Amino acid sequence: MSGNEQTTKTLPLQDMHKTAGARFGAFAGWLMPISYPAGVMKEHLHTRAHAGLFDISHMRLFEVSGPDVAAFLGRACPLDADALDIGQSKYTLLLDEHAGILDDLIVTRLGAHRFMVVANAGNAAADEKHLKAAAQDFDCTLEPLERVFLALQGPDAEEVLVAAGIDATHLGFMQGFEPRPGWFLTRSGYTGEDGFEIAVPVEDGAALAENLLADKRVQWVGLAARDSLRLEAGLCLHGHDIDPSTDPVSAALMWAIPKPVREKGVFIGAEALAKKTAAGPAEKRVGLKPEGRQPVRDGVELFSESGERVGRVTSGGFGPSAEAPVAIGYVATELARPGIRLFADVRGNRLPITVHSLPFVPHRYRKG
Amino acid sequence: MATTYFTEDHEWISVENGVATIGITDYAQEQLGDIVFVELPEKGRALSKGDATVVVESVKAASDVYAPVDGEIADVNDKLSSEPALVNSAAAGDGWLWKMKLSDEGQLSGLMDEAAYKKLIG
Repeated sequence: MSGNEQTTKTLPLQDMHKTAGARFGAFAGWLMPISYPAGVMKEHLHTRAHAGLFDISHMRLFEVSGPDVAAFLGRACPLDADALDIGQSKYTLLLDEHAGILDDLIVTRLGAHRFMVVANAGNAAADEKHLKAAAQDFDCTLEPLERVFLALQGPDAEEVLVAAGIDATHLGFMQGFEPRPGWFLTRSGYTGEDGFEIAVPVEDGAALAENLLADKRVQWVGLAARDSLRLEAGLCLHGHDIDPSTDPVSAALMWAIPKPVREKGVFIGAEALAKKTAAGPAEKRVGLKPEGRQPVRDGVELFSESGERVGRVTSGGFGPSAEAPVAIGYVATELARPGIRLFADVRGNRLPITVHSLPFVPHRYRKG
Repeated sequence: MATTYFTEDHEWISVENGVATIGITDYAQEQLGDIVFVELPEKGRALSKGDATVVVESVKAASDVYAPVDGEIADVNDKLSSEPALVNSAAAGDGWLWKMKLSDEGQLSGLMDEAAYKKLIG
């Protein structure tokens, strides 16, 4: 902890969050607003009812461009970058040689030879190193961008943007464009709701945030509610639900890797992934619903009725919209079916917990 | 007349006729955020000062509440099973956690009074 504090980075809009009364905490090397005076419960519910504004400037944007950029991305990720239309976004992964998950990414095609990559804060430095090493064999460049990055999430997000003078109504879910020079906007998010992620030059950040917050449908939402929202939506948090010890097969993320990409097998980790696919996973990522009210959290071990250890929880907490505790974890493959009843060991108590389909709260994306 | 004491772990202890009622302070509930579950102990359990006695769970995290003094659990606030948010809305009142019979009232002298606690939290 103490070694970290000196290098903890502050967000460009730190002063705005302070003025808004944010409670701060360290996350992935950044001092982040965890919650605001409304509290995590209200922030969470407000996002699902109206529109929540999240400062996600800790996440890293990379612009990659050059004649070989599509081939580079197809090597670095299990992705057919050339198959993306301009303006199309795709969820993809960064794998190591063992098909372990180094990070999950969103890649958006901006032009014939230009893409935007959005990476997690905690992995940004390692990703950059990994991507740069992979880029050496290709004619392309990777440029990390300094941006204020905001997410506006919730059913009112589209109308709020229009009212703020930003028309993104033409976008479907997982589509993006550059509304102004240096700006980057996609219809995407991490809450299960319709919404947008907007990256702008640092000097435009405060004005954009103020403009959006002037709309009474919008309020700041902190990292705590961001976590409960994504958990209800069944979305993975790298470092918890996925990490280098997990692979796309066990993490149930094979939907993100198109079959032709697997068959062509030119991406890093392709060989290992083919072997893992053929062998079948020993465990699988699933949703888990504790019975009763008690949250079951990251690190809790799961047992069968007979007392055999059969899995573990990787994310867990209380779902304000689900009005119940919700969790994500890994269980032995033969038990990875909704309805299977297991037991979570919480401080010595065996609490019943049931394998549940994901998401816990239905996604409300705007299909393109 | 009950006398109220405070600990550095942000608990309050209200003592009347050798029985202490224990809860967390308003400052503590504010730090924890929305409480969604309270794990209560069994009545009759013997406690030593420092024993983890109650677990208060917010949306984000689980936090232990420790026994501030030695004693035996006389009662627990069963209302919290259905209304855990009472810890937020009435931390110093209806959101109390447990009552205990004190084994050594002398231990109370090591705790803070309200003025000292207010100074601690600034």
